[in-house]
Amino acid sequence: MENSTNGLEVVYEKVPTLTDTLMHYCPGCSHGVVHRVIMEVIHEMGITEQTIGVAPVGCSVFAYNYMNIDMQEAAHGRATAAATGVKRVHPDKFVFTYQGDGDLAAIGTGETIHTVNRGENILMVFVNNGVYGMTGGQMAPTTLAGMKTTTSPFGRDVATMGSPLRITELIANLPGALYVTRQSVHSTAAVRKLKKAIQLSFEYQKLNQGTCFIEVVSNCPSGWKMTPVESNQWLVENMFPVYPPGDIKVPKPPAVNN
Amino acid sequence: MIRGTVVIAHDVCKGCELCIVACPQECLGLSDHLNARGYRFAQLNADTCTGCVNCAIVCPDSVITVYREPKKKGSRL
Repeated sequence: MENSTNGLEVVYEKVPTLTDTLMHYCPGCSHGVVHRVIMEVIHEMGITEQTIGVAPVGCSVFAYNYMNIDMQEAAHGRATAAATGVKRVHPDKFVFTYQGDGDLAAIGTGETIHTVNRGENILMVFVNNGVYGMTGGQMAPTTLAGMKTTTSPFGRDVATMGSPLRITELIANLPGALYVTRQSVHSTAAVRKLKKAIQLSFEYQKLNQGTCFIEVVSNCPSGWKMTPVESNQWLVENMFPVYPPGDIKVPKPPAVNN
Repeated sequence: MIRGTVVIAHDVCKGCELCIVACPQECLGLSDHLNARGYRFAQLNADTCTGCVNCAIVCPDSVITVYREPKKKGSRL
């Protein structure tokens, strides 16, 4: 059934910063929510013309098809290096990278750490779902201990394969990092918090004081072999003990002129 | 009670059910038939919608537009 919309006002609709292209993501994938939240913030802040995004390699490789702003595709793992160049040529623009855990925490670990260490004035959005989703759910550096993937069918053995890489904590220790936080999109409250964190990051970017880094703990229904609803439940029970949401590094009060 | 409603773009919905779980009024459900892409899509099953936008906030494919009756003057909402 559809109620009549007569006499009612629109309180929520798709923002023009998202294109009408159908997203190729699996049903229930967090990428869609994160895309939408970033684009809503850019639309609401009125910085559509001043923002340049850098797309990664991974599931979100086609991010430039969905985000209706200026975008640049980067080589695998090198989104932060490309963003460094973009920001240095256009210091007055807002620059952000959008990367998954295979891109940022595996092949691009070196670029990521050195970009933050240089304190490049960009926002890095890191979507962490603990598997390589695009290639079929293989083990990533961020895969949980004991978690079964197609390349760790008996569960990740910490003795031979190492522990989950908490790159966000690693980055928070670097002096170039201004704002480091971990959020998620499993519930309405979490999505609202993520939106605030992204808003804050673009505000901080105006101050030119260092790198902003937002990790989004995300699901992968296809890679985890669950329904979207089950995967969000599993995320709360299993991902959060290892990747607890919350601010890890916030600037000292004088950084913001309220 | 505030009256609202949602309009769902049925042809682009992937039927992930996240909106159904997020709806505090439990007025959303999956359709019995498929859309052109082969998914059962979300639809409004009851007229108890209050326009709280929870469903639209968790929707990965931005298929939901939310409508709500305008605020009355003097209302604290």
